[in-house]
Amino acid sequence: MLDALLSALIALSEPERLLYMALGVGIGYAIGVLPALGGLAGLSLVLPFIYGLDQVSALAMLVGLVAVAATADTYSSILMGIPGSSASQATILDGFPMARRGEAARALSASFLASMIGGLVGAVILTAAVQVARPLILALGTAELFMLAVLGLSMVGVLAGRSFSKGLVACGMGLALGTVGAAPATSEYRNDFGTLYLSDGLPLPVLVLAIFALPEIVDLARGGGTISKTAELGRGWIAGMRDIARHWWLLLRTSSIGSVLGAIPGLGGSVTDWIVYGHAVQTEKNGQFGKGDVRGVIAVEASNNAREGGALVPTLFFGIPSSGSMAVFLGGMTLIGIEAGPQLVGERLDLTYAIIWSLAIANVMGTLLCFATSPLIARLTTIRFGLIAPFMVMIVCFGAFNTSRDIADLLLLLAVGAMAMFMRRFGWPRPPFVVGFVLAQPMETYLYQAVQFYGWGFLQRPGVLIILGLIVVFVALGARQRKLADTEDESPKAGASAMPQALFALVPAALFALVFWDATKHSFLGAVFPLMIAGVMLPIALVISGRLAFASRPGRLRHDGEQDADPEQGGFWTYLLWFAGLILGTVLVGFLLASIVFFLAFLRWPARCSWTTTLTLTTIANAGLVAVADILVLDFPGGLLQSLVDLPWPLR
Amino acid sequence: MVRISEAWRPGRRGVLRGAAGLGAAALLPAGAARAQDFAGRTIEWVIPMSVGGGSDTWARFHLPFLQRNLPGSPTVVVRNITGGGGINGTNQFAGRARPDGLMILGTTASIQFPFLLGDPRVRYDYAQWVPVLASPTGGVMYVRPELGVRGPQDFARLKAAQGLRFGSQGPTSLDIVPALAFEMLGLDVQIVFGMQGRGQGRLAFERGETPIDYQTSSAFISQVMPLVREGKAVPLCSWGVMNDAGEIVRDPNFPDLPHFAEFAQAATGSPPSGPAWEAWRALFIAGFAAQKFVVLPRTTPAGIVNAYKAAFARTLADPEYKEKRGPVIGEYDEVTGPAADRHYAAATTMSADTRQWTREWLLRRFNHRLGGDN
Repeated sequence: MLDALLSALIALSEPERLLYMALGVGIGYAIGVLPALGGLAGLSLVLPFIYGLDQVSALAMLVGLVAVAATADTYSSILMGIPGSSASQATILDGFPMARRGEAARALSASFLASMIGGLVGAVILTAAVQVARPLILALGTAELFMLAVLGLSMVGVLAGRSFSKGLVACGMGLALGTVGAAPATSEYRNDFGTLYLSDGLPLPVLVLAIFALPEIVDLARGGGTISKTAELGRGWIAGMRDIARHWWLLLRTSSIGSVLGAIPGLGGSVTDWIVYGHAVQTEKNGQFGKGDVRGVIAVEASNNAREGGALVPTLFFGIPSSGSMAVFLGGMTLIGIEAGPQLVGERLDLTYAIIWSLAIANVMGTLLCFATSPLIARLTTIRFGLIAPFMVMIVCFGAFNTSRDIADLLLLLAVGAMAMFMRRFGWPRPPFVVGFVLAQPMETYLYQAVQFYGWGFLQRPGVLIILGLIVVFVALGARQRKLADTEDESPKAGASAMPQALFALVPAALFALVFWDATKHSFLGAVFPLMIAGVMLPIALVISGRLAFASRPGRLRHDGEQDADPEQGGFWTYLLWFAGLILGTVLVGFLLASIVFFLAFLRWPARCSWTTTLTLTTIANAGLVAVADILVLDFPGGLLQSLVDLPWPLR
Repeated sequence: MVRISEAWRPGRRGVLRGAAGLGAAALLPAGAARAQDFAGRTIEWVIPMSVGGGSDTWARFHLPFLQRNLPGSPTVVVRNITGGGGINGTNQFAGRARPDGLMILGTTASIQFPFLLGDPRVRYDYAQWVPVLASPTGGVMYVRPELGVRGPQDFARLKAAQGLRFGSQGPTSLDIVPALAFEMLGLDVQIVFGMQGRGQGRLAFERGETPIDYQTSSAFISQVMPLVREGKAVPLCSWGVMNDAGEIVRDPNFPDLPHFAEFAQAATGSPPSGPAWEAWRALFIAGFAAQKFVVLPRTTPAGIVNAYKAAFARTLADPEYKEKRGPVIGEYDEVTGPAADRHYAAATTMSADTRQWTREWLLRRFNHRLGGDN
């Protein structure tokens, strides 16, 4: 084992191989900084170039890319509130409020260091676990996987914020939307309304962008000014390092959790994120989570780099990729002639260690690169927001339609984004929604499979009981903690009239009714899960609506962020309508033309730029968009115009 | 076949695109004589599956060879259009590809199956395309050693085994082939759905949750053979391969294993026959023996089609291709030309009776309704 480790390190230390790794790191960095692309896009970009490289160099390049993309995607999460990839959703909750407070530098510094240390911890754990990983993973059956999903769901307790019932319903909405598409037990299509798009289920990246990014963009655009309220970066680079030193125990814990959960095939990356974030909220004292607590950033960033290491286990030893980027990584390995499987541990241990330690070295390289370029990029938060807003809208749209490349992605973005704006305004917590959504499918699948494999006796398996014990302990710990803040608002506001809030509570009620009605058309196994969720949640949502309509005082339930809206600010609807205009334009003339018109109009009027600035920025932005689309071999969503006239690319 | 042809009604969009395509074709003839030259052009290879998957890796493996071997050395890019398990991207290709050789499609089992079974969401018709490459693979069925089954001679023990379970990706997925195999063998296997990929099925096998499983050849060789050597898995039969005469014979990768028809005959005493066998045979060919194709629109001028056939023929003869194909394709011979046409004919047709029987079987066995017939 030591021989293999040494020979791997010697092979990696050859300058040529380090150079390829640096190349991978560079590409990963560029992809990571450009939000909403993620490591997946990067990997597909380099696949054509790995031909002809020797195996270690090619692996170093691939791993370098994966490792750094998970570090660099933090930029957009912290600086803009746009999830850089689905790996950094939870980073937004605390990272973005820090940037708004003028602590972008501190947040970035803490996050990069946490990423690096998390990555290194992951590599160490992997090195030690290589020989025993296989039996450990095989010890976790479908019953234990179901319980891990329940563990994730129990985090809703601390993520629900002020009102538990609203948090519960938000989680229920996520669960209900998660049942759209083929039923795991029967392959019946649920809630698909005869469309191919819905038969695949709703795409997570679109939902995350809609839930977190859109409401913040609209809020910022209304406020004018800059992202950082103090228009300063803050001299936080040292402060961030001190944060890391102070919270080393949390860092170590979350790195370990991340690397272990990452190694479990079939759980999914974003589940890990939320478990880790929930763990931090449950266990850390005097938390200001949700309002810019640096511990929230540290926990998630440490775990998501450690997770990339853990995710290598099922990919390398079982040939089962645990994420989209690991699937591409596996494809890349096949192309350079390496087959994943048990023999990688047996006969090619040196290669396995080369992969693991590429990950560690690439993490260090990536962190240095991020630190070096941060002061420049963080200036973004001090630029007038009017100039940035159209870019952010473009990025969010691009990220959304890059997932399934269907115009329906944009319509979904608009619909869920509008709903998320009201959730934010009326104090409905948004993290439980995402937690519910990412857990719906694993919960339903593993529950069904566990019952098929073990009968209901699966509940008495030792692994299940252990995880159950953990859940009880963590929930008890969480009950004593301060709850997650919904927004930065300190005290609840009643709102002039409770009627709009009561009406909004009917939106989830309607969703549950729809899911319930659809489920009645399916066979027992296809219907039982959505029926249970909708059946429990519908009455709760109706009660909330009723109580809101008649509750007189502001409290945990009743809240309207618009109560004393600053008259200086833009209206609640204005910027939502701008966004809707862009989507409508796309439906008519396709995304590229609509985007050009959107940029011109937005920069000229709301942002009050000169025509010169307007034209320059419009050209830069849209030329960049076309370049990225060209590299990614992607057509923009077309509209009515495109269906009538056959236009050349990129207008096609 | 009839119903599918009727379903093939192009919408307005299709008509317009068709018209545009004809327009382009009208402009072509001058070029058509020299159409074999793709110099400076970009060719899109549509893969209706996600990046990193089997089809994608297969296409990306072929990419540099194809670029090199097509006249004029064009740039070839893989365009992944996902959705609907492959139906979406294939529908788009069917509506969009022109007969100019600049857009080709890579199909696979999960695109053949819904077409053969008459899934109403399918808007493509294999009869409208012409194949230029066919790519076979195989599969191996294996069981846990605790069952005490070493081969067909122990079939009685297999049949009497309690708690036989199999992890499947869905009633109409590739895993319909083993499901039909169990049906023909009269095995009482509880089929548990919801597996995301064969890898998860294999994991359930290794955990002991499912005592019977199968893998496609490359995964069997890299993932299951080590288990066989450790005595943790026992292979029973391969699915076989199809020879030039269209007969199912032993898989050259597993010459010591009986193919499924041999196994069934040894186990049950008579060669498999009847509608279940017809269904198995058709789906086995579309799913394994001729799993992947590269196709162009049938209206494409012969010069262009032949340029592609020649390019793939050169690839298949390339020593570098032979040396590197192992991990991606396995030791199966991909074919072009008349052999590819034969594979294509076998993999993309199913008699109306067999289709009807299969749809009824899906309803009876899994309560699974494909839609489109009520």
